[in-house]
Amino acid sequence: MNLRPDPTFYPSAKDAAAGPVETLAFTLLLSPDGSKPDGLAVVDVDPTSADFGKIVSTLFMPYKGDEFHHFGWNACSSALSPLTGHAFLERRYLIIPGIRSSRIYVIDVKDPRDPKIHKIIEPEEVFAKTGYSRPHTIHCGPEGIYVSTLGGGGVDGTDGPPGIFILDCESFEILGRYEMDRGAQDKHYDFWWNLPRDYMISSEWGLPPQFENGIVAEDLLSNKYGHSIHFWDLRGRKVVQTIDLGANHQMALEIRPAHDPAKQHGFCGVVVDTSNLQGAIFTWWQKDDGTFEAKKTITIDPQPADADDLPDLLKGFGATPPLVTDIDLSLDDRHLYVACWGTGEMHQYDVSDPMNPKLSGKVDIGGIVKKTAHPNGKAFGYGPQMVEISRDSKRVYWTNSLYSTWDDQFYPGERGAAMVLAHVGEDGGLTLDENFWVEFPEGYRSHQIRLEGGDCSTDSFCYPNV
Amino acid sequence: MLSVTTTAGLWLAVVLSGLYHGINPGMGWPLAVSSAMMERRETALFRALGALAIGHFAAMLVILVPFSLMTALVTYERPIRIGGGLLVAGLGVYLLITRRHPRFLSRIPPSQLALWSFLVAIVHGAALMLVPIYLGLCAAEDLDSGHRAAQDLMARNATLLGAVALTHTAAMIVSGGTLAYAVHRWLGLSFLRKTWFDLEAVWATSLVIVGGLGIASAL
Repeated sequence: MNLRPDPTFYPSAKDAAAGPVETLAFTLLLSPDGSKPDGLAVVDVDPTSADFGKIVSTLFMPYKGDEFHHFGWNACSSALSPLTGHAFLERRYLIIPGIRSSRIYVIDVKDPRDPKIHKIIEPEEVFAKTGYSRPHTIHCGPEGIYVSTLGGGGVDGTDGPPGIFILDCESFEILGRYEMDRGAQDKHYDFWWNLPRDYMISSEWGLPPQFENGIVAEDLLSNKYGHSIHFWDLRGRKVVQTIDLGANHQMALEIRPAHDPAKQHGFCGVVVDTSNLQGAIFTWWQKDDGTFEAKKTITIDPQPADADDLPDLLKGFGATPPLVTDIDLSLDDRHLYVACWGTGEMHQYDVSDPMNPKLSGKVDIGGIVKKTAHPNGKAFGYGPQMVEISRDSKRVYWTNSLYSTWDDQFYPGERGAAMVLAHVGEDGGLTLDENFWVEFPEGYRSHQIRLEGGDCSTDSFCYPNV
Repeated sequence: MLSVTTTAGLWLAVVLSGLYHGINPGMGWPLAVSSAMMERRETALFRALGALAIGHFAAMLVILVPFSLMTALVTYERPIRIGGGLLVAGLGVYLLITRRHPRFLSRIPPSQLALWSFLVAIVHGAALMLVPIYLGLCAAEDLDSGHRAAQDLMARNATLLGAVALTHTAAMIVSGGTLAYAVHRWLGLSFLRKTWFDLEAVWATSLVIVGGLGIASAL
């Protein structure tokens, strides 16, 4: 515990943007076939350092087969509300769930160049205390650390719906399930909230049998993946409204509320529209009467392709779907980054008018058909996937793996891990940094990135930008 | 034995504890700033302060009323004062050791500031801190006026209770409100980051001291 609030906690997004720039990034390492333990890589992102773009430290776990995916901090700027009663937590631990094993690691990064395992929560404890499995997204909020899960109970995770559970933010003990009334929510993926307005939004991927052994084409074509977003009374722990985006909008994944809590809107990415193979972004917003609405504000077209260039899964379609697998909103709420993992493009939209986004920048890299190389000449396997933005909104980092079994279906063969950096122009625009290229250990893929001191998908702010 | 705690000193304690509670961010003034910023209206700041004051005041009443009623039992005056002091000091020791926050507080929605303020003042012992001071005042008044009939005593102590709770809450809102207004108007939110100190240990220690003084003055 500190005697002062952690210096990386900021009252508002604007204050956070003015803080010191990141010098280190944490990137998850995934052994796709489970033959080696998953790990955490510490990457030097300080352009003045001799190690710029190099992994300066790695920590491998004692178990195999965890499948690391998303992760988060034990504490963030949300602690600066007197309502939480935890203003003096340290941003010190990374909470890393294994979505295949249901094991959760608490990693101490007090010395960020020498991460250590602080605690391991075994899968049996998660099952016994929550009835959930396959933990995924981490956010720190009013009642502690919230962990979303992708599976319910039972061996295949279909015994009861998946949901969210809460971890104590100091002892990392599992406190129990979050939901009191889940309404229509029966699948889960991401969640986030607006703390002063006291609402939460959650999204849907699919149930474990629909993703663990690869995408199930029949389920996708019959629109059986998630296509609804749920709005919750955050502290009341109940669903107050469910918006069905339409059954063709398959896999509503990342939820990105505006960082300034005075704003009433946010975004949600949809992987694929099965009626036309488009990728889509919905803008959702809270109306004056407190209810919510959502509208499709971005569509990204599929690109025609020769069947010979396509993996078996896509041969029949004669086109590459964009596959919007991750989106991220800059801290100034100005740019929304949209990863098109199928076509191999990173889009930047100016969302100053959230109802009317405009494409303001684009980078081609990787892709099922295009296979665009990095400007340094090296091959970029897979496509742009997990994206993270610096607090000052000037640098964008991303990796290339989606999920072990899905990688293999869309991009057969081992294509290697990657992590790249792009710079944002004064008036938008996006350019890859030729000098930033991370060499990963052999046999690993790279997943989510977290930036030292917080980033654009971890911290929730309790106070508006002035 | 009351020479150490004069009436004036006790009233000063009522005011000082109010100022102290007010400036502690944990008692809620940043929420008033947040309200004003969220609604983009300065009136929201005052409305939030009002809600915080009502909650704090109500907590004082809930804690002090039972003690006020007990003061009618004149013969037990000393045990009551010692008991009150022990209770306050005991809570201080408990808070020092556990350093935990009751989790139910984080389930109160930001729209219910008065309820939040009430519960925070109860569980963190802000209201309890006033017990030894209040009992000391009751006893000090007795010295001035000599022993009275129980009914008179109760009526007088009830008035005293109202005065203590009002004065304390007013002091709390003046200090917290001034800070909230200054941060909203001039200082900006970075002030919150720079000046928020972990007062938990200080807070718990002050409970122990106030409780201890209460016991000492009763002996």
